[in-house]
Amino acid sequence: MEKRAIFGGWLVPYLLLVPQMVVVLFFFYWPAVQTVWQSFLLEDAFGLRTDFVWFDNYKDLASREYLQTIGRTVVFSTCVTVLSLSIALLLAIQADKSIKGAGVYKTLLIWPYAVAPAVAGVLWLFMFQPSLGVVARAMRNLGIPWNPMLNGNHALLLVILASVWKQISYNFLFFLAGLQAIPRAVHEAAAIDGASRTRRFWTVTFPLLAPTGFFLLTVNIVYAFFDTFGIIDAMTGGGPSKATETLVYSVFFQGRLGGNLGASAAQSVALMVIIVALTAVQFRFIERKVTY
Amino acid sequence: MVERRGISDYIAHAILIVGVLIIAFPVYVCFIGSTHPKDIIANGDMPLWPGPVFWQTYRDALFAGSNTTTRQPVIQMLANSFWMAIIITTGKIAISILSAYAVVYFKFPFQRTAFWLIFMTLMLPVEVRIYPTYKIVSDMHLLDTFTGLTVPLIASATATLFFRQFFMTIPDELVEASKLDGAGPIKFFVDTVLPLSRTNIAALFVILFIYGWNQYLWPLLITTREEMQTIVIGIKKMIVTADALTEWNTVLATTMLAMLPPVLVVVLMQRWFVKGLVETEK
Repeated sequence: MEKRAIFGGWLVPYLLLVPQMVVVLFFFYWPAVQTVWQSFLLEDAFGLRTDFVWFDNYKDLASREYLQTIGRTVVFSTCVTVLSLSIALLLAIQADKSIKGAGVYKTLLIWPYAVAPAVAGVLWLFMFQPSLGVVARAMRNLGIPWNPMLNGNHALLLVILASVWKQISYNFLFFLAGLQAIPRAVHEAAAIDGASRTRRFWTVTFPLLAPTGFFLLTVNIVYAFFDTFGIIDAMTGGGPSKATETLVYSVFFQGRLGGNLGASAAQSVALMVIIVALTAVQFRFIERKVTY
Repeated sequence: MVERRGISDYIAHAILIVGVLIIAFPVYVCFIGSTHPKDIIANGDMPLWPGPVFWQTYRDALFAGSNTTTRQPVIQMLANSFWMAIIITTGKIAISILSAYAVVYFKFPFQRTAFWLIFMTLMLPVEVRIYPTYKIVSDMHLLDTFTGLTVPLIASATATLFFRQFFMTIPDELVEASKLDGAGPIKFFVDTVLPLSRTNIAALFVILFIYGWNQYLWPLLITTREEMQTIVIGIKKMIVTADALTEWNTVLATTMLAMLPPVLVVVLMQRWFVKGLVETEK
């Protein structure tokens, strides 16, 4: 699609584009190129010497430690995505029924979107802090062992819970919009044909909601990979003993205080590949209209 | 509705109420904690109803520093977060609306290249280029400045696409009429495009303000001086100190204060928020 009526001259459009181009080139592409370059370099511990080492940094991506981080990230992202999508869908279906106060429920369910990931982390940490949290106290009284400070599985579970809590509102909003776009007549037709409520959900609602669901799936994976950094950093700092270190956290941790910048850069490149793939899938299948 | 209601409606209400309560519970506990003395919290004896030191805790958090940690008054952090969010938001909107206008209403060499350069930044989140970006900002001596904190974040593929999409829906007749009246591109932009974009700008403003306010990784790297600290970073720094020294009531009061502005924006401007969120993703 193009405009028929356009203005002539090319000086004005260039001037209009200058601000965005400067930011994009200086702070996006130049650092991205540097990241790729750095992934081929090895600095010694004192930063005195830098050697070009070809793909040595990438060999570490196959190390046992990094493979564990990949596995952990997959487990983490799957749990966050599945849980937040299913809880949000359940709530959206209820809110879509034309019941009294549906608008109020909507307002009461969407506000966590505005809470910063790190702040969400603090909220959940305070409830589950083993020595002083109210929920941890209740668990202790019930005899459930709980110590996310020492037990890696507990810590991972806690980080997952906080991440799910934060993401439900976003998924809820999109599911609700998707449900409301399904015409009532379709439901009524199915009901007249004698389809039960459950059957109607699986044969009418579910397929018609599939595009929304697929879109949300990719968004949630990106969220779990990238946007949960604040949650993890505020709650566990990747610990105990790396139990909550995801791929993004590992990039941050490796390069911190000028640590191993080469390894950090190689991991960044791996992440770039992942996000390019996810974005491509999103645009390929969800017809976000970027035909140019 | 299709068939007899009743039971099914009660179930819907029940599920939604449980959902609302679970969603709200962490914030309730946080608020309760911010009204109790820190010793009671540290002992793990905090009850689930409000305590006596609400005013004192919030006053201390907002206006007084702390002697056990090197904490700044939270009012300073709130101001930093506010300015960071405002600069990022207006910056993103301004440069995106200009780029979208250039791409839609002109024809010029390398037009596609420009568009794709902006579009591809979607695939370069700050997380995958952390240290080189940090180094550039540091080399430009922009650490601990608002420029360094905000400018690297104000490019926006999402906002540019959003405006481009909207400009495509403005009828060509408007441009033609405007041209007949002898108006150039600047006049058309100011007199016609900007006023028409009002609701879109409002919708973007809401979601971008939240995005800006909630920044974490970037300010964590760029700010080192206490007086540049944003509130989200400030909270994290308050907890890092040895566990026993953490003044939990102050931390929790600060957490409440950090949530208040963006949550208010979402609740009070819900219509714009929903529009912005849903349409920028399309």
